[in-house]
Amino acid sequence: MFFPIVWMFAASFKTEVEAIATPPLFLFTPTLENYREVFARADYLGFALNSVVVSLGATVAALALAIPAAFAMALYPTKRTRGTLLWMLSTKMLPPVGVLVPIYLIARETALLDTRTGLIIMFALSNLPIVVWMLFTFFKETPKDIIEASRIDGASVLQVITVVLLPLVTPGIASTALLSIILCWNEAFWSLNLSAHDAAPLTAFIASFSAPEGLFWAKLSAASTMAIAPILVLGWASQRQLVRGLTFGAVK
Amino acid sequence: MRIPYLLACSTLLAAAAGVASAATITIATVNNGDMITMQKLSSKWEQQTGNTINWVVLEENVLRQRVTTDIATKGGQFDILTIGSYETPIWGKQGWLLPLNGFPASYDYNDIFKGVRDALSANGKLYAVPFYAESSFTFYRKDLFDAAGLKMPAKPTYAEIAQFADKLTDKSKEQYGICLRGKAGWGENMAFVDTLVNGFGGQWFDMKWNPELTSAPWKAAINYYVDLLHRDGPPGVTGNGFNENLALFSTGHCAMWIDATVAAGMVFDKTKSQVADKVGFTAAPHGVTEHGTGWFWSWALAVPASSKKADAAKSFLAWATSKDYVKLVGETNGWTGVPPGTRESTYDNPNYIKAAPFAATVKTAILSADITHPTKNPVPYTGIQYVAIPEFQGIGTQVGQFVAAALAGQMSVDDALAKAQAATKSTMQQAGYIQ
Repeated sequence: MFFPIVWMFAASFKTEVEAIATPPLFLFTPTLENYREVFARADYLGFALNSVVVSLGATVAALALAIPAAFAMALYPTKRTRGTLLWMLSTKMLPPVGVLVPIYLIARETALLDTRTGLIIMFALSNLPIVVWMLFTFFKETPKDIIEASRIDGASVLQVITVVLLPLVTPGIASTALLSIILCWNEAFWSLNLSAHDAAPLTAFIASFSAPEGLFWAKLSAASTMAIAPILVLGWASQRQLVRGLTFGAVK
Repeated sequence: MRIPYLLACSTLLAAAAGVASAATITIATVNNGDMITMQKLSSKWEQQTGNTINWVVLEENVLRQRVTTDIATKGGQFDILTIGSYETPIWGKQGWLLPLNGFPASYDYNDIFKGVRDALSANGKLYAVPFYAESSFTFYRKDLFDAAGLKMPAKPTYAEIAQFADKLTDKSKEQYGICLRGKAGWGENMAFVDTLVNGFGGQWFDMKWNPELTSAPWKAAINYYVDLLHRDGPPGVTGNGFNENLALFSTGHCAMWIDATVAAGMVFDKTKSQVADKVGFTAAPHGVTEHGTGWFWSWALAVPASSKKADAAKSFLAWATSKDYVKLVGETNGWTGVPPGTRESTYDNPNYIKAAPFAATVKTAILSADITHPTKNPVPYTGIQYVAIPEFQGIGTQVGQFVAAALAGQMSVDDALAKAQAATKSTMQQAGYIQ
């Protein structure tokens, strides 16, 4: 599973000729030339900053919408809850290109093309079904008695969510947030289509080093390594939290 | 007092005018060697004019989708687009591009090859200016030919190419007689397959737009392609496009390769190619006809009608596609790196001819590629490795998938062509070409 990443990392330190050599080269003299070239040709930090802002912004926005929605559907379900949840999930099955033109026109009319705000709204909405579903599952695992006890003690709905429920499901929210950040970070379709220069994130940065006519595999590997490095580090650092969240309540 | 006062006023006005005229333009372009060079040298234009450039560099297919969306919805995100000779006349007719006929006399339109100008025009107006142009021809390994006692003719036939490939294949040494595009796509395998079909006397449509994909020339051409690659091609050929074949040829695994002339500079580059001193070039092969056997493509720069900074954009185009720019690249990066295939003056330049031994063959290939006469028999369309109608991207890619399936052995050539014919006919009927 990890081999492609190791191979990409190794290729980023090869020359273009070494990167395409057959049989593949395992021993070579590493060079930093590709990284120098990538830094010289593109504003990596600008792309990276856009990725960070858009991923965090979209995750916060999605959580702000999803927590009350999941709370209501998990703890106060109606006969339409199941249908609503399935409908939300079904929107993820629509190929994004099918709605590209209308969304592009809306973004143009609202001056959101090539803005971080536009991407934050788009990413938050496109990840919302998954975020709601995950939170719904975590909230369902919460003992109802605790909620009812706090209501009897006079807590408002907002207090129930913020003081009682959220601390109980923190691992679940953390893993949902992490998943949302990863999805936003890797999202390519909307980021490529709705951004140009000012709001372009790292997916656009990688796309600028891919070429059907011309061998730039070593440079592409260097650009890809730089693009995935932050999210890879975040994933490693939060591995334990992520596993804990994803298996939350699984042994009950 | 009056003179210093007037002087101060005029200085302020000039400065204000300078500030007012300075613009930031956004250019959408593809990632290839020539465009990267343009990006690096563009600071000279920025210094000359005071304008600045935002670059949006994307992979070719991503760029095509991105700029098509923007231009069709009048999004106005870009001031200059990099587009090909396929899109330019279609978009020009739609009114999506600004005509580019008003450059100063020093630009010298007549220095641009007429075929290139025609390919980028619609209704008598030039809608994009060429950055570089390419045709296709045959690359071969002179050392392998010499060792086998073979001689490559100036105009080989497909039958001769097959004989050479059979003799030069030695799979025990991972040496393959021929490398050709196999990856499905209208700009991938179909670019070569279209020239092959043209050479075998076939065509996409008859004069009433009925598809001809089950005709005898198509069957002969695709059977030739599949059989040749099975006998003498590298393994995994259905995954090979331009880059994969470039890698195979550059590392010494192909005796012959038929592909874009733009690859000549790359296989000749000693820092990127292990066979730089062993490569020969000759015309693309032909069959019953020479019409449409070498393709024509040009990457060109255009200004969308939705641009709000058209004057600055046109100023950049006049600079980036001028004779002076060619000279600047030659003097800065070396003469093998100048954008090929667009200007007569480039091929009159002794520095370029000396540095690029492939120059004369490339020029001949580009001048021979006549997009208005791409086939043996008359056809209702223009374009050699494409048909210049909006529906062709979809049709070409779908047919490319059937051809790739036949190559992979998933279906017979006859079945693949029957399915391709049915799919193409259905699309053409829906689009209203066939009544």
